[in-house]
Formats: sequence, C-alpha cells, structure tokens
Amino acid sequence: MAMIEIDGLVKDFDGFIAVDDVSFTVERGTVMGFLGPNGAGKSTTMKMITGFLPPTAGRITVCGFDVWDRPIAAKRRIGYLPEGAPAYPDMTPRGFLEFCADIRRLSGADRAKKLDQAVDRIQLGDVLDQPIDTLSKGFKRRVGLAQAILHDPEVLILDEPTDGLDPNQKHQVRALIRAMAPEKAIIISTHILEEVEAVCSRAMIIARGKVLAEGHPAADGWQFGDLIAGPGRLDAVFRQITTGQAQGEAA
Amino acid sequence: MTGTIAVFRRELAGYFATPVAYVFICIFLFLSGIFTFYLGNFFERGQADLKPFFMFHPWLYLLLMPAIAMRLWAEERKSGTIELLMTLPVSLPAIVVGKFLAAWVFTASALALTFPVWLTASFLGHPDHGVIIAGYIGSLLMAGAYLAICACISATTRNQVIAFVVGVVVCFLFTVSGSPIVLDTLGAILPRAAADLIASFSFITRFGAILDGVIDLRDVVFFGSLMALWLFANAIVVDLRKAG
Repeated sequence: MAMIEIDGLVKDFDGFIAVDDVSFTVERGTVMGFLGPNGAGKSTTMKMITGFLPPTAGRITVCGFDVWDRPIAAKRRIGYLPEGAPAYPDMTPRGFLEFCADIRRLSGADRAKKLDQAVDRIQLGDVLDQPIDTLSKGFKRRVGLAQAILHDPEVLILDEPTDGLDPNQKHQVRALIRAMAPEKAIIISTHILEEVEAVCSRAMIIARGKVLAEGHPAADGWQFGDLIAGPGRLDAVFRQITTGQAQGEAA
Repeated sequence: MTGTIAVFRRELAGYFATPVAYVFICIFLFLSGIFTFYLGNFFERGQADLKPFFMFHPWLYLLLMPAIAMRLWAEERKSGTIELLMTLPVSLPAIVVGKFLAAWVFTASALALTFPVWLTASFLGHPDHGVIIAGYIGSLLMAGAYLAICACISATTRNQVIAFVVGVVVCFLFTVSGSPIVLDTLGAILPRAAADLIASFSFITRFGAILDGVIDLRDVVFFGSLMALWLFANAIVVDLRKAG
C-alpha cells in the first residue's frame, strides 16, 4: 500500500508557482530523495505533505488519511523535521521531547521507552539537560531528528536531515535512516548528491516546482530516465537535467 | 484536550524558564503597591476596602498584559517553531486556548501574590470580603480580555516589540473609551447612541461596576465574549498567515 499519495499538487504563492502539478506515491520501505536547486519547491512540497501549508490544488493522502480533511489522524502518523530544525530555544532537549511526547499522547511505559529509544538512536544523552539555545548546530539538528522519530511514525518527512552535521554525524544519521527504512515510508530532501546514493531507494529531481526526472538505483549506478549515472557521477546527470532543461525551455 | 494541556504546560514553564517572570511579578507587585498606597491614598481614606488597589488595575494591565502576551505567537514565528507546532497532531483552537490559558494563569498567580494588601485591610478594619472577592474576579476577567487582545496581536507579527506596542495601543483604546475625556469629545461629534456604544466597550466602566461589589452577569458576559472573540480572531490570523 502506498503510504504517501500525492496527486496534482500545486502551490501558488500569489502568482509565484512554487510547486507545479506534482504527483507521486511513496510505498513502505522506500526512501525517496528530493533533489533540486535551492528554491525548487522541495520544502514547500514537504510543508504541504505535513499539513502546514494548504495546497492551492491537488490531494495529499498519508496512510489513507487526507491531510486536509483528517489533519490530526494524518499528523499522528507523520514525523517531520522542518527546514532548519526549529526547536524551542529556552527548553532542554529533554523538556522538548517530553512536550512532543505529551502532544502525541504517549503515556506510561510506552512514553518512557520511546523517549529513551529516540535519545539513544540520536545519541543525545550528553546534552539532554542543556538549553537548546546553547547547543551546536549539529546537536540542534539532532534534537529535531529525535523529535521526528520519537513516536516511531510510519511516515518520515526530513528536510535536509544532515545539514550542519560533521562527517561522522552524517554517517550516523544515514545509517539511522537506512535502519528505519524497511518499515517506514521516508522522504528526505537534500542537495548533497552522495546522500542520495547513500540512503535513497528512489529520487526525484525537482526544479522550479516541477518534477524533471525520477530515478532509481540500477545495475551500474543510478538511472534517471535514459540517463545513467555511474557511482559517484550523479552530479553530472543532475547538472544535465536541471540546467539542460532550462536551455531547452529558453529555445 | 491533551494538546491544550501540553501547550499550556510548555508555555507556563516558558515564562519561568528565564528570570523575566520573576522580574515581571516584582514589577507588578511594586507598581500595584505604589498605586494603592501613594496614588490611591489607601491609608488616608480611612476606609477598609481595596478600591484604591483595584482602581488602578486597568492602567497597570494596559502596560503589563501586552508584555506577557507579546511572546506567545511572535516568538513561534521568529524561531520557526510555529511550523513544528502546527504539524504536531493538535488542533489550532487547542493551541490558541492552551497559550492563552498559560498567560492567564501566570497573571492570576501574580494577582494572587497581592494578598498582603487584602491582609492589611483586614488587619486595619473590617472590609467587606465579598466586595474584595468580586474585585479579584473582575480584575482577573479584565486581565483575560487584555491578554486575549494581545495574544491575537502577537499572532500578526514575528517581532515582539511590535506586538507589545500595538498591544498597548489597542488596550488603551479599550481602556479609555469610557473615560470622560473621550466621551465628551465623541459626544460632541457623534450621535448619542454611537457614543453610548463606544462607552459600553470601556473596561473601566465595566470593571468599576464590578468593584462596587456586584458581579453583574452582563459584565461577565462582556469580558467572556470579548475573550472568545479575540481568541477566535487569533486562530484566524494564525491560519491565514502561517509562515513568516
């Protein structure tokens, strides 16, 4: 069953079309990568899937629940790391995660277990009682990640999950995403191409609100339509697709 | 309900996370003391009641309630946490009410700490405790109305200073609309019915009626519906302007 179904999604910000007729589905066990230049509409799409922004047109269903008709039911099943990993600066990671646990109606032994698990998986133990304000950028991002996976959601939407992390932390987060992949539907956005090869099982290249190409791993690298990128050669294909299209339109 | 409680607890803890809450309570107690004993001539009046204490509450709240409510939404916008909050499984009305209640309960605790004034009056004479209780209830209702106004204004901006200044201005309008200066001026240019309508929105007039010891249902409904109306507007503002 498709965990995330998106059909004809459009977002029009007063004449600026940020997302232009995007449709796709994500199944359980898939890690979908959103690739694209800045301002391509990746974050806007994620904001609509998670019910933050209303779409101008189109339908979004998460685990069978329409995000706009049944927002609470859909949001219960989503873990979301917003762009920039916002968190309340005056709270400690412990207080912040407990707040999220309360809102998500976790209680008793299950609550304690899930809190421990999230802290453990993200390795937040050392900073649990420091105000989030005083944490490094990497730790702030990890607090956001811990919040997203706290309730063991079926759907994970992660907007640039490894941004601001050092290479070791990046490696950890990628390992975590791979470990969670089999039982979840995950969407991550990134502009780090190696990340796509490292964690994704599908990828979409988005620019100016449109899906330009969809790719998946093939025998000899990644395949985007007719184009095949060998291992580590994704950037060439990415450039060809994103800039080649622009030339094509201009002509 | 679960969501409201969680938001409420977070917000209330947020007030005490920094020394601001304690500073605020000190300022509140200090100012209400000054108003009561110096401007209100508490002792010189020779009457055992708390009128000089309550009389200045509208003016005190005019400045202090915007200060309490200014961070409620502006800070969420500024730090981007509004996106997090709005994508958690909790309804918008639950968030609006939870935030408002936190500010109101915080105000109630500051108000409760003025109990020594009550003790002083009881020690010096035999005040009518019913009137004093009515005064406290009226004061709390009025504070709630001010807070609801300022919470809504806080939702319109990401800048707490703007939220504060606009909040003071709007609260000022609601405060003075019944004062003689405004009414005399308006009475000269507006028809009587319109002037009366404006006067009926005055917090001072409504609060003054409660201070006489009579909690009229109309006054309670006035403050209650004002709170409901502004919180409703608050939810609409947040819904319309989510980002930024």
